[in-house]
Amino acid sequence: MNRREFTAAILAGSAALPFGITRAVGQTRGGTLNTIIQPEPPVLVTALNQQQPTLTLGGKIYESLLKYGPDLKPMPGMAKSWEISPDGLTYTFKLFEGITFHDGKPMTSEDVVFSCMQVLTQTHPRARNNFARVASAEAPDPLTVVFKLKQPFAPFLGCFDCTSAPILPKHVYEGTDFRKNPMNDKAIGTGPFKLKEWVRGSHVHLVRHDGYYLKDQPYLDEIIYRVIPDAASRALALENGTVQLVQWSDIEFFDVTRFKKQANLEYTTNGYEYFAPHQWLEMNNRIAPMNDKRFRQAVMHLIDRDALNKRVYFGNAKIATGPISSKTRFYDGNVKKYEYSLDKAKALLDEMGLKPGANGKRAEIKYVVPPYGEVYQRAGEFFRQSFSRVGIDLVLVGTDMAGWAEKVGNWDYEMTQNLLYQLGDPALGVSRTYISTNIKKGILFSNTQGYSNPEVDRLFEEAAVALDEKKRQELYTKVQQILVEDVPVAWTLELEYPIFYDKSLKNVVTTAIGSHETFGVVHKS
Amino acid sequence: MDAVRAFLRHPSGMAGLVLLLAVVALALLAPVLFPVSPWEMVGAPFTPPGEDGMWLGGDTLGRDVAAGVAHGARVSLVIGIASAFAAMVIGVVIGAISGYFGGAVDLVLMRVTELFQTVPAFILAILLVATFSPTLTTIILTLGAVSWPPLARLTRAEFLRLRKREFVEAALCQGEGTARIVLGHILPNAISPILVVTSLTVATAILLESALSFMGLGDPNQMSWGFMIGAGRTVIRNAWWMSVFPGVAILLTVLAINLFGEGLSDVLNPRVSRRRA
Repeated sequence: MNRREFTAAILAGSAALPFGITRAVGQTRGGTLNTIIQPEPPVLVTALNQQQPTLTLGGKIYESLLKYGPDLKPMPGMAKSWEISPDGLTYTFKLFEGITFHDGKPMTSEDVVFSCMQVLTQTHPRARNNFARVASAEAPDPLTVVFKLKQPFAPFLGCFDCTSAPILPKHVYEGTDFRKNPMNDKAIGTGPFKLKEWVRGSHVHLVRHDGYYLKDQPYLDEIIYRVIPDAASRALALENGTVQLVQWSDIEFFDVTRFKKQANLEYTTNGYEYFAPHQWLEMNNRIAPMNDKRFRQAVMHLIDRDALNKRVYFGNAKIATGPISSKTRFYDGNVKKYEYSLDKAKALLDEMGLKPGANGKRAEIKYVVPPYGEVYQRAGEFFRQSFSRVGIDLVLVGTDMAGWAEKVGNWDYEMTQNLLYQLGDPALGVSRTYISTNIKKGILFSNTQGYSNPEVDRLFEEAAVALDEKKRQELYTKVQQILVEDVPVAWTLELEYPIFYDKSLKNVVTTAIGSHETFGVVHKS
Repeated sequence: MDAVRAFLRHPSGMAGLVLLLAVVALALLAPVLFPVSPWEMVGAPFTPPGEDGMWLGGDTLGRDVAAGVAHGARVSLVIGIASAFAAMVIGVVIGAISGYFGGAVDLVLMRVTELFQTVPAFILAILLVATFSPTLTTIILTLGAVSWPPLARLTRAEFLRLRKREFVEAALCQGEGTARIVLGHILPNAISPILVVTSLTVATAILLESALSFMGLGDPNQMSWGFMIGAGRTVIRNAWWMSVFPGVAILLTVLAINLFGEGLSDVLNPRVSRRRA
């Protein structure tokens, strides 16, 4: 189907809908979900790329062993049950029977072991850290997987959602170069939906995987992810019902208030608990003046984060107090507070010797604007004004996706804005930004700012292996206090992305990963 | 002086000139009229025109649109004039060499010019700006680099026309040097159409810069009209004023330059002006 035929089909489909499809099959079976994918992902294989659009789309195609409720407690995914040995070293998963890949071949424990230990350890940065803790992974029978850890790792059971541990077919990938495997275009997984076609620049068409192992699921016949690069057109598509679901940043923050009032739409900020997107102003700790703790503390004082939330994010955020999000486990808000105060910022800058020069300027710093849309541009402009109030010139530098990844990954930047997921547990999503062992050139979302503190390293490592919750809380409280004093990055906001969906859709947000979920249970009323 | 007097009697040309002077005055007075930086968030986001002391309204961050329009005039005029000047220098040099010497030199230079003419100017501008990250200087040079071919062709045509004229032949016979003939005899007689086209190039350059900024390829540190429209475009359904006022500013400026250029053309064209007199 080319683009024009596709548009024609959509028109024909929407005309035919009231008379047929939705009523013909059962009460909850059938129907088409139209939604948005933005920007268009480079590939659909979530094991190879973990950008948000890839995960949103790939989540339907690739499934994993577990799911997580809004409280981040594990629930069955492809594993129907699991056991942890008392010493916290052995994890045994029992799989559901009759799971098949989209090419019809059965999925067994061999595929799980292969995916986790051979593929993800090479291609998936955060899965690599998780599975590096595994001493051995075995498949004693086709329905049993056993992971033996080198030492206890408290959040190990939190590593098996479909974005962190997608399962790939061993018979397709074994012995190949995973990134260059031609079958990547076919995106073969075990999820409730399989890829029918992908017309670049237009849409990705997913259809029901008939061999899905859960009875009656998926309820929907098909999901169409439409590529709509223009923000105003996306808003229009939601407004006139062309799409029935939007997620993440599909709708710009300034439009959220308007859509909250639209009668046929349901609005929620649930479904992001696992990610708890945490945003900060990143400063390269290797370069003067950012290598001075007092400068970084001054930055915390000079950004009016309440105004940032109101003006740039239109109130769709909470002010971050430190490295751990208030939605993540082991958060402790009892840390040093940095209120908005230009005087305090100036005093700190004076104290470190960064005094205004003849032209009234203290310093000129280059700020790389992340190329992820207008909000990032506006935030950059906001920061530039904030810094100018204490005599620091922030020069905005524009770049494209590849340029940003290249600059930040290779530490070739002075300041930028960054946003990381917390992944439910500080050991999974927080420590990676601050521990010195994760200073890895060329890798995005590692400790790119180059912060290093042996005490922080020790606390994070101890907290990751401790099994007692109270002990973990103690350690994390301490590490939060140290980090907030050191300010390796200037935390700004905990973003609260909206999900809007048509009221005729049910079960859209059921887990902590919201719109990234497999959608097997989503149905039309 | 005749030309000036003729221009003063040219109604649309004068209208253009007055409008253009108004834009120049706005650009010059911007720091006086709006002493606060146009980037400063002075009011509430989405303030409608006339409220909160902002008579053209506020943008998505609460920045004064009127201040943006005034300061944007500086950016647009600087970029327009500087890049048109750059285009004129490149175009006249290439056109003059090509038209005066002719032969193989002409052949090579004109093929190069055609090469530039066949590539759409805007696409080439995007490519150049994206390659050399966008700053004020690179944008001016880029716009100069994509706008010179018409000027080169015009200059060449004028030189071809003039170089066989008797006064040029006479100068040659008297043994005058090439530079003196080109600069002293041919160029002064060819200059009026070149000036007219250059003035129109200013308008094109302003439009090109606006289009680049609109696409996010402008200098992110300069408040320009194209940038304002680009930033306000997504909210045009909720807040028309953010993109309409800078749009009107572009329209008026380009219109003014075009009227002025046409008036100039009428006055400087000997046949037209003689008929008038």
